[in-house]
Amino acid sequence: MGKRNRNVGIIGIGQTEYSSHKEDQNQPEMVNQAVRRGLADAGIGLDQVDCIIHGNMELFEMVHQPDMWHVLGSGAYGKEQLRITTGGTTGATLVCAADNLVASGVYDVVMAIGLEKLQEGNTTGGITNMADPLWFRNLQTGALSGTAASKVIDEFGADRSKRAAMNYRITMDKHACLNPRAHRRLGLEYDQIESLMASSPRLVGELQLIHMCSQSDGACVMIFASEEKAKALSDKPVWIRDHITVHREESYNIYGLEVPETTHHYAAQALFKRNGIPNPLEYFDVFEMYDPSAWWGLDWIREFLLLEDDEHLKLMEEGALKMDGKLPLNPSGGVTASNPIGATAMLRAAEAALQVRGDAGGHQIQKDVKHALASGFGGTMWTVLIMLEKELGWQEVDHG
Amino acid sequence: MKRVAICAVAQHRCETDIWYKRFQGMLLDILEDIQLQTGFDFNEETGVHNIVTVSDDVFDARTISDNGITDVVGAHYRGEEKMAQEGLNALVYAAASILSGHDDVVYVTGHCKESQSESRNVCTNLAYDPFYGRPMGLDYLNVAALQARAYVEKSGLTPRQMAEVVVRARRWGVRNPYANATGQVEEGEVMASPLVCDPLRKLHIYPVSDGAAGFLLASEERAREFTDDPVWITGFGTCMDSYFLGDRDLTGNFALKKAAHRAYKRAGIEDPKQSVDLVELTDCYAYQQPLWLEGLGLCADGEGPAFMDAAGPARYNVNLSGGMLTGNPLMIGGLYRAAEAVLQLKGEAGEHQADHVKTAVVQSSTGGAGQFHTVLVLEA
Repeated sequence: MGKRNRNVGIIGIGQTEYSSHKEDQNQPEMVNQAVRRGLADAGIGLDQVDCIIHGNMELFEMVHQPDMWHVLGSGAYGKEQLRITTGGTTGATLVCAADNLVASGVYDVVMAIGLEKLQEGNTTGGITNMADPLWFRNLQTGALSGTAASKVIDEFGADRSKRAAMNYRITMDKHACLNPRAHRRLGLEYDQIESLMASSPRLVGELQLIHMCSQSDGACVMIFASEEKAKALSDKPVWIRDHITVHREESYNIYGLEVPETTHHYAAQALFKRNGIPNPLEYFDVFEMYDPSAWWGLDWIREFLLLEDDEHLKLMEEGALKMDGKLPLNPSGGVTASNPIGATAMLRAAEAALQVRGDAGGHQIQKDVKHALASGFGGTMWTVLIMLEKELGWQEVDHG
Repeated sequence: MKRVAICAVAQHRCETDIWYKRFQGMLLDILEDIQLQTGFDFNEETGVHNIVTVSDDVFDARTISDNGITDVVGAHYRGEEKMAQEGLNALVYAAASILSGHDDVVYVTGHCKESQSESRNVCTNLAYDPFYGRPMGLDYLNVAALQARAYVEKSGLTPRQMAEVVVRARRWGVRNPYANATGQVEEGEVMASPLVCDPLRKLHIYPVSDGAAGFLLASEERAREFTDDPVWITGFGTCMDSYFLGDRDLTGNFALKKAAHRAYKRAGIEDPKQSVDLVELTDCYAYQQPLWLEGLGLCADGEGPAFMDAAGPARYNVNLSGGMLTGNPLMIGGLYRAAEAVLQLKGEAGEHQADHVKTAVVQSSTGGAGQFHTVLVLEA
């Protein structure tokens, strides 16, 4: 990796509300709502956008090359456009790609659009179709997996693990209840831990229905500009410091029982090392994590923050991941609340940027947010990790 | 813009049905070919950290079509981003990634097996909205036929001229070891081939093909580590037209003209007629060759047929690969076009090598009747 050609700032964010069904909008109309909100947030017109980058999954809505149709709402008419997808990570990949396109010096302002309208397809059927048709498709159960739960339980025992996972889920729901755009806002209370453990239907092993992410409709737009343009156009641009993408080959390993290093851990180590951040838990002020289920979310805190042993469970048990905790996790409510898949990973970066700006509204955390982390998850255990900063000049900062 | 190097290209021979090899095997052949040419690896410090792939969920009938190829493109514990659009855009994006400073060497690879679906028209029918276009049966073939009819009306393109495009394509395709439909055909055969979708006849339409291709791109600073004679990406541009056919001027080249203008401007080309030595364009259907040549600014609007008669394609070395008409799959046709242009600029095109090629223009389109266009400028 070389030196960044030029800095890139996030100058606009637009989101639709997220819901299980948007009967009143077709796909281009839903995209248009997010685009209009993004442009309004940036205070610019479509004429100032040089390039658009688009992403969602074709087989979820069964539309081939959907950007062709979505041009009716995306504003891409007459403009440059690219379309990049990487499964669940799509939205985060779009953020990385937009950063690259602006940093290249070729485009000054790039608009990224992530969306999904899962109501219009069969999501679990679509995800099952990602598996190899000869070897694994008859085993795949969409995104439903009990392995994260059994892994945590093996290590820390059933009672502590199940309580921590339900604690995680309720914390996420409490955050979601502060976010008017969130899809599922259930009003769960911490005194429901045991009753939910007993009553929520089991999907696979110890993965219960309440643990699992939503299936949502919605779109997210982010607008990126070169340092010069960002300073001219925005009062409070949020700067992209660095990002990393780490993929891994198909997760089913028939050759042995050795558990490979997670891509989350690999990505975090590489990213923090090259940016001189020895202790991410101390450095970051907020973390928006792509948490497809409460079990995965709980397990991955340790991977992303490079923690050891039961440090992640302690963070959960001590309330350190709540809105007013040491490192607020998913103030937006995260993916268990809202999951329009092609937009989901972009939402992580968008919500992290809103926290840096102080513009998250009801779910704004109270302390000053200078450094934010956002993650994407997709494919066969793939990771995208993005670092956002309030101020430029991080090269000079002593990260202690 | 600063230039970016293409250090090596690899093409899988296109066939109508590569039933004996899965796309993973085809991609592995491509990767090994490029590694043999350049010696590049995936070393954590100095190797490739990011791979840009091209494939399509609908053509592969797999959600996240890139998830089955991680190992054979070298992305195990590395980055991989899928261009879910026509393949030429992967070169645009990979070049921008290198210019950004985030990457200095990027491997680009793509695959498409049109043989896997019962009909590629079933795939492209899904590109039409579920309310109006799809139930009417629109797909890229019959929409192209509407464009062909409009272009015939506008330009006076004759059946004989359309046939000549195919005859010339086959004449060159015979010499290209990567082409699919290589048999020579006569004008009369083309004009008498079965009418598929009026006015398009069977031989006017690119044959169903399977294929895969790969590229190694590097920054100017690192290019010489991998090759002695890099070819340079000096400009690119893209453009989107509107969606509903009634909202578009099907023969006006709105998107191609803008894409070409952007590419020429970035490459510092003021007059393409003077600067361009070679053109590789995505002629899925015979009438598109003169139409796209108009859009690229090599002849005036509506003058494509006269330009053909005046040996314009010979003068500008148009599609010496044989082009799409000798068989490359949709989605990665642009990668084959670019690979051919790179070989020509390196002087490695073998039996179909042109003389004195310094500047090449590569064009691809996607969407019905060229809704979206990409133009790349390559220089020796």
